[in-house]
Amino acid sequence: MATDTQLDLWEVFIQSRNGSHHMHAGSVHASDRKMALQNARDIYTRRGEGSSIWVVPAESIVASNPDDADMFFDPADDKVYRHPTFYVMPEGAKQI
Amino acid sequence: MADTNQLKYIYSLRLADNAWILSHRLSEWCSNGPFLEEDLALTNIALDLIGRAQAFYNYAAELESKGRTADDLAYRRNERQYYNNLLVEMPNGNFADTIARQLYTSVYEYYFFMSLQNSKDETFAALAAKTLKEVKYHMVHAADWVVRLGDGTKESHEKMQQAIDNLWMYTGELFEADKTDTALAEQGLGVDNPSLHSLWEAHIHNVLEEAKLNTPSAEYMQTGGRQGIHTEHLGHMLGEMQYLQRAYPDAKW
Repeated sequence: MATDTQLDLWEVFIQSRNGSHHMHAGSVHASDRKMALQNARDIYTRRGEGSSIWVVPAESIVASNPDDADMFFDPADDKVYRHPTFYVMPEGAKQI
Repeated sequence: MADTNQLKYIYSLRLADNAWILSHRLSEWCSNGPFLEEDLALTNIALDLIGRAQAFYNYAAELESKGRTADDLAYRRNERQYYNNLLVEMPNGNFADTIARQLYTSVYEYYFFMSLQNSKDETFAALAAKTLKEVKYHMVHAADWVVRLGDGTKESHEKMQQAIDNLWMYTGELFEADKTDTALAEQGLGVDNPSLHSLWEAHIHNVLEEAKLNTPSAEYMQTGGRQGIHTEHLGHMLGEMQYLQRAYPDAKW
């Protein structure tokens, strides 16, 4: 197998404007934290997409296992009463 | 044209030429970068520089008021009519060579535009303030790489030191002042160029020290850009950059 010469993988999260969530945008390769942030800036915000960036080492992310999907997610399928749909939305609240 | 306008025209043209030529050099990295992310970083900087060149060519064309456009200035002059510093026409070389050129240039531009944003000429001041934001990033990008490579492996250290040494003799020209520089500086319209030298040198020295590299001490400096006298590299670049406009004048997309 060929040696992997790529730099470490980092996941990138972009906040598009103040107050909104940081959303996963993609990933970059970089050798250190500063480079990861700069590469993320150059790749994901050069067309004005962002006002804040987080980068996280990909190996620090703990992911759920697809094999656990039935145990993790299926029980939520039939619990409609967990949705707070019986409340009236306050006027002026845009992000709930 | 009034005398001051003539001086401002030359000044704006030079600033545009510096941005334009360096932009082309960096764009030559497109698809040749050491890895995808850095390829994009370098070409992003190239695009910042194209924007800057366009703004200063537009202003130069306006000051000249002979009906020439920014495109005419960019594509329809001969080698001896370009006034960029020799440093920016230096070939890309290896990645360390490009980064050394970026460090020297962007640190100079940082102090230059810091000063130019106080110009009594509103257009110069506004363009300088906008450019400064971009230059700050270019400077951080370059300095981080110099430290990474200088304080990296034995090979990267050697290549970085070599690049820093090789380009050193093109840095003296940045701080020259001819009649145009001096006259505009005296009127508060341009930058007192020689006064930036010590700031630049101290800044460069700090970066190189952090990178465990030696600051060159050679005193011999190349010169010529302000007179339109260039190295053999510029002609080749212009041959490529101007081909379309020369072969198909006024071609439109």
